[in-house]
Amino acid sequence: MNTRQQSKIIYSWYGKPVSSDRKLRTFQYKGIIIQSERSRTETCIQLGEFILVEGENADQPFVAQLLDLYEDGAQQKHAVVQWFSRIAEIPPNKRKLLKREVSPQEVFFDQVVGYDSEIAVETIIKSTMVIPLHLGEELPITLNKEQTFYVKHSWDGKTFKALSPDTFSRLKEANKKGGGIPNSSNSFIPSDIVSPLKKETESLVGSATKPKNVELEIESKHSASKSSLAKERHSQRMANGIKTPTARKKLQLNSPTRSPKGRFLGCEVLELLDDDCDAVAPLESSAMKRKVKFTGILGSPPKIPHASDRSKSTFDTAEHCQRFSDTILLTPYRKVKDSSEKGKNLNPKDDPVSLTGHQDLGSQSPVLTPHSRRTCAQKTKARIAEQISILNTLELNHEEDFLSSSDSSYSSSSEEEESDVLCTPEKKTRSSRTSSTPKSSRKSSVHTPAKTLKKTPLPGTPKTPRNATPEIPRRNHAARKPASILEEARLRLHVSAVPESLPCREEEFQDIYNFVESKLLDGTGGCMYISGVPGTGKTATVHEVIRCLKQAAENDELPSFQSVEINGMKLTDPHQAYVQILELLTGQKVTATHAATLLAKLFSTPGPKRKTTVLIVDELDLLWTRKQNVMYNLFDWPTQKHSKLIILAIANTMDLPERIMMNRVASRLGLTRMSFQPYTYKQLQQIISSRLNSIKAFEEDAIQLVSRKVAALSGDARRCLDICRRATEICELASQKRTPEIVRMAHVMEAIEEMFSSAYVNAIRNASWHEQIFLKAILAEFRRAGVEEATVQQVYHQHVALCRIEGMQSPTISEIMAICSRLGACRLLLVESSDKYLHMRVRLNISQDDVMYALKDE
Amino acid sequence: RYRHLLELLKRTTVHGESNSALVIGPRGSGKTALLNHVLKELREMKQVRENLLEVHLNGKSYSSIQMLRDTNDKVALKEITRQLHLENVVGDKVFGSFAENLAFLLEALRKGDRSSSCPVLFILDEFDLFVHHKNQTLLYNLFDISQSAQTPVTVIGLTCRQDILELLEKRVKSRFSHRQIYLMNSFDFKQYLRIFKEQLSLPAEFPDESFAQKWNNNVQHLSEDKTVQDMLQNLFHYTKDLRSLHLLLMLAVCNVTVHHPLITAADLHEANKQYRTDSKANIVHGLSVLEICLVIAMKHLNDVYEGEPFNFQMVYNEFQKFIQRKAHCMYNFEKPVVMKAFEHLLQLELVKPLERPSVRVQREYLLMKLLLDNNQIMDALQAYPNCPTDVKQWAASSLSWL
Repeated sequence: MNTRQQSKIIYSWYGKPVSSDRKLRTFQYKGIIIQSERSRTETCIQLGEFILVEGENADQPFVAQLLDLYEDGAQQKHAVVQWFSRIAEIPPNKRKLLKREVSPQEVFFDQVVGYDSEIAVETIIKSTMVIPLHLGEELPITLNKEQTFYVKHSWDGKTFKALSPDTFSRLKEANKKGGGIPNSSNSFIPSDIVSPLKKETESLVGSATKPKNVELEIESKHSASKSSLAKERHSQRMANGIKTPTARKKLQLNSPTRSPKGRFLGCEVLELLDDDCDAVAPLESSAMKRKVKFTGILGSPPKIPHASDRSKSTFDTAEHCQRFSDTILLTPYRKVKDSSEKGKNLNPKDDPVSLTGHQDLGSQSPVLTPHSRRTCAQKTKARIAEQISILNTLELNHEEDFLSSSDSSYSSSSEEEESDVLCTPEKKTRSSRTSSTPKSSRKSSVHTPAKTLKKTPLPGTPKTPRNATPEIPRRNHAARKPASILEEARLRLHVSAVPESLPCREEEFQDIYNFVESKLLDGTGGCMYISGVPGTGKTATVHEVIRCLKQAAENDELPSFQSVEINGMKLTDPHQAYVQILELLTGQKVTATHAATLLAKLFSTPGPKRKTTVLIVDELDLLWTRKQNVMYNLFDWPTQKHSKLIILAIANTMDLPERIMMNRVASRLGLTRMSFQPYTYKQLQQIISSRLNSIKAFEEDAIQLVSRKVAALSGDARRCLDICRRATEICELASQKRTPEIVRMAHVMEAIEEMFSSAYVNAIRNASWHEQIFLKAILAEFRRAGVEEATVQQVYHQHVALCRIEGMQSPTISEIMAICSRLGACRLLLVESSDKYLHMRVRLNISQDDVMYALKDE
Repeated sequence: RYRHLLELLKRTTVHGESNSALVIGPRGSGKTALLNHVLKELREMKQVRENLLEVHLNGKSYSSIQMLRDTNDKVALKEITRQLHLENVVGDKVFGSFAENLAFLLEALRKGDRSSSCPVLFILDEFDLFVHHKNQTLLYNLFDISQSAQTPVTVIGLTCRQDILELLEKRVKSRFSHRQIYLMNSFDFKQYLRIFKEQLSLPAEFPDESFAQKWNNNVQHLSEDKTVQDMLQNLFHYTKDLRSLHLLLMLAVCNVTVHHPLITAADLHEANKQYRTDSKANIVHGLSVLEICLVIAMKHLNDVYEGEPFNFQMVYNEFQKFIQRKAHCMYNFEKPVVMKAFEHLLQLELVKPLERPSVRVQREYLLMKLLLDNNQIMDALQAYPNCPTDVKQWAASSLSWL
C-alpha cells in the first residue's frame, strides 16, 4: 500500500462510452483499464467482475462486485459496486448468529443499507473471485488464499440469510462470464465440447482460483474468437475477455490463421498455457504495486505442489516438459520488473512446451500439466480422464496449429524480447537439466524459487506483532465480598465504581449526544471541544454518550460507528497519537510518521463503506507540539469531505484554543464548545446519594457538609467521593467496639481535616529545638534586613545570638548546614544548591505568619 | 497511622479495592520502616501473601543521572515490568520504544478487573523525584488505574517533602485520593532517652547471657549518667532524626574491644565530639602559617568591605602590610610563593571564586569569596599549634600593629 502510493497508477476507461445520460452528463463504460506506471502492466476490469477495493486496512481490502462504471461531468471516474462483507467487518456480537466458524475467505453478500455503493475508481486495487456456494457446501481447499472468496450468506446488518436463488445464479453467472460481456456467439461452439469444458471449470472452481479464472477467460475468448470475422471488432471483443494486453496482442496475431473449429480449441490450449502466465502476471503486477518482495511469496506456493505433483504423474519423458514448464514458472518470478514484457516472452516458450509434450506423449496429455499444476494432489482420476478425452478430440489439430501459431507469435515478438526469451530459459533449463530423475528435478524446482527469493529483497515478513496479551496473574483467593453496610458504601463510593446514571450532567450529556447523533445521521464529520476542571465528569459523560450511541446503533436507530479513544497523558509523545489511532482503527502497528500518512490518506480519500469514526481525544493539551502539527492534523481530518470523523476533544482549560493553539488550528477546531462547570454542592450531594442508592450509611447532614466543603474548594467529584470513603473508614474504625453505626458529622469532619490540613505547622512544631531556633533566626534576619532572603552566614549569626539568649550551646557551622538542608528537604525552606556553603541563600516556603504562629505556641 | 496503612493495604488485597496514599515525613522519621513493618505483617497473613504483588521503585535510581531525565519513566516502566514478572509473557521480545512499553503495561493492567486479578502494590520511594518526570506520565497512569475499574492497584508514595501535593499536576492531583499519612518525630526527650537505651541494649536472645546482663546494666547506668544525658539532650535539641543517634552510638560502640568490653561515658563523649566537629575548621588546622596569614588577611578584608568579594592582589597587599610591620617574625615571601599558597586555599575550597576563571581576567584579579566565618577562623586559631603570637594578635584586630 505504501509503495502503491508512490508508483503512479493510471486508470483509464476501456472502450467507448456505452451509454450516456445527457441530463446528468454521465457516460457509462463497460470496463476500466488499470495501468501501473512502474510495472507497466495493464489490467482490464469489466462490469460484473469482482474487485478488491482499498479499505482502511491495507491487509484487508474490501470485496465488491463491479456493477456500473461511469464518468460524471467533472471527469471524475466513479464505480457502482455491490459490496461483500468480510467477517471482520461484521460486528462481533452479530458474528455468533452464524453459529459456525467462518474462514477468513468467506464473505457475505452485503445488503446493509447505508453503505455507499458508489466509489471512486481510484480505490480499485485489482480483480478477484467470489464464488457462491450452497449452504451445505464446505469451503474447498485452495492454494491461493489471496485470490478467492466464497459467499454463502447474505448479510443485511442484522441477520444472515442464505443467498436467494437469483442472487446465487447471478453471482454464478458473473463468475462464468468472467468478462461479463454476454456473447451471442456461443452457439458456434459445439455443445459437446463446451460442456465438458464447463464441467471442468466447475470442478476446478473448488480447487484453484487462477486456473478457473483463466479458463473462464478462455471460454469467452473462445467464443469471441469464433464470432470474429472483422478484425477490429474481433480484437475489441477479444480484449474484453482477456486480461492483459499482451495476450490480446497475441490473439490478434493468431486470429487470421484460424478457421477450423478444432484449431481454435487447440489454440485455446495454447492460450491456456500462456494465460497461466498471464494469470500470474496480473497477480505479479498487483503484488508489485504492493511490494516487490511479495512476488516471491505469492508466486512460490503453487509451484512446489505442482512440481511434486507432476513428477509423480508424468513419465520420464515428461521431463522435457517439466523442464520447460519450470522455466515458464520461474521466469515470471525472475523478471518481475517488466511483467508485461515477460508475458510476451512466455509465448514462444509455451509453444515448445506444449509442442514437445504432445509429440512425445501423444495422448498422455502433458497439456494437463498446467491444470495439474494448480490442482492439488487429490485430483480425481475421473477428471483426468475427462480432460484427456477432451484433449484427445482436439489432439489431431494440435501440432500444426501450434507450429503456425508459434511461428506467428515468434515473428511478432520483438527482437529484444526474443533474446530475452533465449537467454532466460537457457539459464534455467541448465539448472534443471542436470537432474534426470523426477526426484532430483523436483528438488531443483524447489530449489530455484529459493534462489529467486534471495534475489528479490528478502521479505521482511511484517512480523505480526506478537499479541502477547500481558496479564496480571490471577489472584489465588477470590476477593472478599463487602460484608457490612459501610463496606458496601465504600465500594459504591469508589471512583472506579460505574454508576447507573450520571446525575447532574444530563444537559451536557444531551448536548454531546445530540451533536454526535446528528453528525452520525448526516454522515459528516465535526469537532467538539469539551473543557472543565478535573473531576467534573467530562470523560465519564463522553463515555456514557458513546455507550448510549452504541446501544442505539445496535438497535438500528443509528448507523453503526466505531469509537476510538486516545489520552494525551497515556502517550509518551504527541506523535504517538497517530500510532495509537491507527492501531485502534485497523490493528496495524507502524511508526509515527508512517501512521500519520496512512491516517491522512484514510481520512482524505473517499473511503467506501467506511463507518463513521468517533475519536475521543482526552487531555488534548498534551498533544501540543511546537509546530502543532498533531493537533492541526487531528482537527483537519473532520473537515475533509469524506472523512466521516467526529472528534470529541477534552481538556481542562476553557480557553485552550485561544491560548496555545495557532489560529489555523483553532479555526479548524470550530466553535462547538462545551464547558463543564464545577459541581455545585447540591449536585455533589445528589451524586453521593445516587451512588449510595438507598444504602443507609451516611447522615444527610454529613453528605451536605462534604459537598459544601468540596464545592467551595474545587467542585471535584473525585475529591468528594474520596472524602466520603475516608469517612466510612474512620467510622468503621471508631465503631469497631460498639455496634455498627452510620457515618456522622464528626467522621466527615475528621476526614476533611485529614485531607485538607496543611502539615507545615505540624511539621514545625515537631521539629527539633535547633531547627526551630533556626527558623526564628531566619525570621529575625528577615526583619533586620527587610528582605525575604538571607544567606546562611547571616542566619548563623542570628542563630548564635538566639542561642546565647536561651543559654544554649551554639552549634557549629557544619551543624547549621545540616539543619538547613533538613529543613530544605522538608521544603519548609527553599535553599540553593549547597556548594555555596555559607553564601547559600535561604528563603521561607511558607508565610512568616505561619512560622510565627507555629513557634509561638511552644 | 500504622493501623491506617495496614487497613488500607489489607483492603486492597482482600477486597481488591484500589487506593493511593502518600506517607510524608521528614528524613529519618521512619517512613520506610513503617511501610516495611506493615508489609511484614501483611505477608504473615497467608491469604495476603499469596495474593499481593509488590513493585518497589525508588525515585533515586531513576533520576540520579540528569542526562537521562527524559528516559526516567522508561526505566521505571521496565522495572515495573520486571518486578511484575511480566517478562515471561513477553519472552525474548526486546522492548522497543517507550511508547510500546507504556502501552504494554497499561494493557496488562487494564486486562484485570476488581475481583479476579491479583492486586498490585506500587511503592514509590522518594516520590518527589517521580514528580519531576516529564508530564508525570507514570504517576498519571498509576493513579488513573487506581481510580478506574481495572486491576486493583495501591500506590504508596514515600516522601519527605511537605509540599508534595503542590508539585502534582492538576490532573494527577485530582486522581490522587489525597490520603496522606504524616509521620513526625513527635517524641520528647524522655522517649528519646528510652530509645537510646533500647538501641544500645542487647536483646534477650543474646547467647552470652551474663555478658548481656552486664552490658545492659552498663547501658542503664549510662542513661542515668548526667553528662551522658546532657550530651543526648544536646543532640536531641540539635536533631530528632534517629539516624544521627544511631551514628553516634555506632561511633561509640566501635571502641569496644576485648580489653575494653563496655562503653563508657567517655567513649560517648569522644564520639560526640567527633560527630559534631566542624569540618571546615578542621581543615584550617592543617594549614601552614602562611596560609593562615592569608586567611586572616581575607577576614580583615571581609570586615573592612562588609562581605564584598576580593581578589588575590588585595589579599597580598593586606599581607604585605602585616609583613612590613612585623617583618622580624615572618619571612617575607615572594609573591609567587604567596600565590601558590592562595591557590592551595582555593583547592581546599576555603576560598571560592565568584565566577569561572577565564582568559580575560588575570588570576590575581579574579574575584573571590571566603567560605569561612569569623568565628570559625578564631576557633581554629585557638586550636592551632605553635601559632606565632603576632599572627594571633593580628587576627584579633587588624589595627593592632598601628
